[in-house]
Amino acid sequence: MTKVVDRKPLTFYERTYLPTLLEGLKVTARHFMRSVKGGNAALQLGDGYYPEVPWQVAEGYRGAPYLVRDQDGNTKCVSCQLCEFVCPPKAIRITPPGADGVPADRPNAEKMPREFEINMLRCIFCGLCQEVCPEEAIFLQKHYSLTGLTREEMIYDKERLLQLGGVHAGIQKWKHKLEEAREQDTFPVKTD
Amino acid sequence: MPAFTDLLFFAFAGLTLLFGFLCVANPLSRNPVTSAMFLVLTIVSMAGLFVLLHAFFLAAVQILVYAGAVMVLFLFVIMLLDLGEEERRKLNRVALVSGSAAVIGLAVVLGRALLAAKPMAKAGAVAADGDTGALGRILFQSYLLPFEILSILLLVAMVGVILLSKKESR
Amino acid sequence: MLDQLISDPTVRFVAFGTLKILVVFGVLMTFVAYAVLVERKLSALIQDRVGPNRTAPPLVLKIPVLGKLLQGWGIFQPMADGVKFFLKEDFTPDYVRKVYFWIAPAITVIPALLTIAVIPFGSRLGGEPMVIADLNVGILYTFGIVSLGVYGIVLAGWSSNSKYPFLGGIRSSAQMISYELAMGMSVVSVVLVTGDLNLGKIVEFQAAHGWLVFYQPLAFVIFLVSAFAETNRLPFDLPESESELVGGYHTEYSSMKFALFFMGEYANMIASAAMMVTLFFGGWSLPFVGAPAGTWLGGLLHIGIFLAKMIVLVLVFIWVRWMLPRFRYDQLMDLGWRRFIPLALANIVVTALVLAALKS
Ligand code: SF4
Ligand code: SF4
Repeated sequence: MTKVVDRKPLTFYERTYLPTLLEGLKVTARHFMRSVKGGNAALQLGDGYYPEVPWQVAEGYRGAPYLVRDQDGNTKCVSCQLCEFVCPPKAIRITPPGADGVPADRPNAEKMPREFEINMLRCIFCGLCQEVCPEEAIFLQKHYSLTGLTREEMIYDKERLLQLGGVHAGIQKWKHKLEEAREQDTFPVKTD
Repeated sequence: MPAFTDLLFFAFAGLTLLFGFLCVANPLSRNPVTSAMFLVLTIVSMAGLFVLLHAFFLAAVQILVYAGAVMVLFLFVIMLLDLGEEERRKLNRVALVSGSAAVIGLAVVLGRALLAAKPMAKAGAVAADGDTGALGRILFQSYLLPFEILSILLLVAMVGVILLSKKESR
Repeated sequence: MLDQLISDPTVRFVAFGTLKILVVFGVLMTFVAYAVLVERKLSALIQDRVGPNRTAPPLVLKIPVLGKLLQGWGIFQPMADGVKFFLKEDFTPDYVRKVYFWIAPAITVIPALLTIAVIPFGSRLGGEPMVIADLNVGILYTFGIVSLGVYGIVLAGWSSNSKYPFLGGIRSSAQMISYELAMGMSVVSVVLVTGDLNLGKIVEFQAAHGWLVFYQPLAFVIFLVSAFAETNRLPFDLPESESELVGGYHTEYSSMKFALFFMGEYANMIASAAMMVTLFFGGWSLPFVGAPAGTWLGGLLHIGIFLAKMIVLVLVFIWVRWMLPRFRYDQLMDLGWRRFIPLALANIVVTALVLAALKS
């Protein structure tokens, strides 16, 4: 049940705006005095400010999306194009390998993208690509300050994305699957 | 330096006429906002004429009231209604006759006033310094009744507007 | 020959007039630039930030301690800002009404600069009165010019031909017209007390009888609040409220044209601070140091006093911006029409009655 709370009518004193004025003056004066005495957090950053001392982002920060390699240095992306489909600003453009393209560089995948581009001018760092990827091949990493002198420069291609992304040491789904499969091949199947 | 003041007088008078003309019949643009802006310029150059007559108070009030308040409201309305370009209308006979009658009437009155006035009479001397007091005395002593009637007229207009604008909400 | 030229009143008038205009303009522009800096620094300190602290021209950092200190205070920031404004791309959208779009920034700045002309910023310096134009109707002149300032904003909003600037322009015209009334009426009671419209005379009255803020506190409060509304400063910055109108009337502007609006706002702020000093805080006078100065030192001292008072008021303007949230539009109109105008009217009547009683 909704309960309607009556708004108390303002007293005359309150309607003169004086209490709010005084309150505002108090708050701002407090902060000002603290800053003047050098007590504010920003002033106490001893080792310097942003461009020289890069900002340390917290764990779980969603920066620019990059492609990652698996522990063997192979491309994890299988060119399924789900991320391309889901990307709200259409920042991703994938060129699939086609029928006679190069096969995947890892044994347990069929294909990998011929070209994979993310336009960082369009990307909004929303993280939907990471969410949707079935292969855990794309992750939002910690870079937040991307700059370039031309628009073309801001379209990151596959090489660059892979290089920036590095090896993702976290979940290694296919490594376990592969080991399982090998085990099944080499060991005799238990027949009880 | 009488020559210099004369020069200024002709400059301001010319500008007033020019802007006035551009306000009503601008050959380049028939946009109502442009007309309104030229009216503002007309008013401002007229204020310049008042200054030359040493009627500083009148000049200031002219700018303050007409250019600063009334014309802003005009502009406000023009913009809110989003009036497009004015179309060239065929001259309407009634409008033509009544319009020229009004112009001729005004010209006659003005001409008579000009003829009756002694050229460059004492007008300047009265207003020479601190004209505000003199103006106030004229307004509130000699012409008190017309002044009050005018105020009542304005009040009536105001009440009328409020009445009209409130009508629909009921 | 030269002596003759100097003693000729016309030559004197023109020469000193030009000189005063140039100096006042220079000082005003410096004040505008540094008001922006002070605004940024003060807001930073109030909001627990640091503020601009890294601009420095090449050689300055070589100066031992001072260089670093000046850099930390952001003393050179206004210069960098100025250069930036000049070098930025001046973008004119395709859909704007070009002529008005181009002249609107100028129409905004010019009135802001013109108001300074009648402010007596000092008593006398070597026999010259320290005011550019000693008008008999100084107050009315100021109001007239200020009321023209609204055109720039309205035209900017209209000519931008897009909705946010338009709303900003409409808001500002309504707001400025409303508060001009309250402002004008608050000044009427001041004029009743002094009995003169000449700003110089008003200051001399205060030098003799004490500051008018003590005679007319209510008028001062109304004037102050209206000044906030007239200059579109924060509790009343509805014409350019970022959170609802993007940037208001200057949304479509960039580069130097935007800078002109910016300068106009600060110049307006400084002009109204100067106006308040003149009307309510005794201009160049201190309570116990009256009479126009005869000496050069005294004259300079008076200018200093005036500037100091003005700076304090500008600081008040800036501080309030970071202190109060924005009013809602209906609250703004309510405050103007239903509270200030009746209050100002009552103030006029009471003042007139008291004066009449004192006289008889
Ligand atoms: S983070 Fe969002 S916007 Fe950026 S590429 Fe991924 S899906 Fe697209
Ligand atoms: S990054 Fe992931 S979602 Fe995108 S194409 Fe490659 S495998 Fe598919």
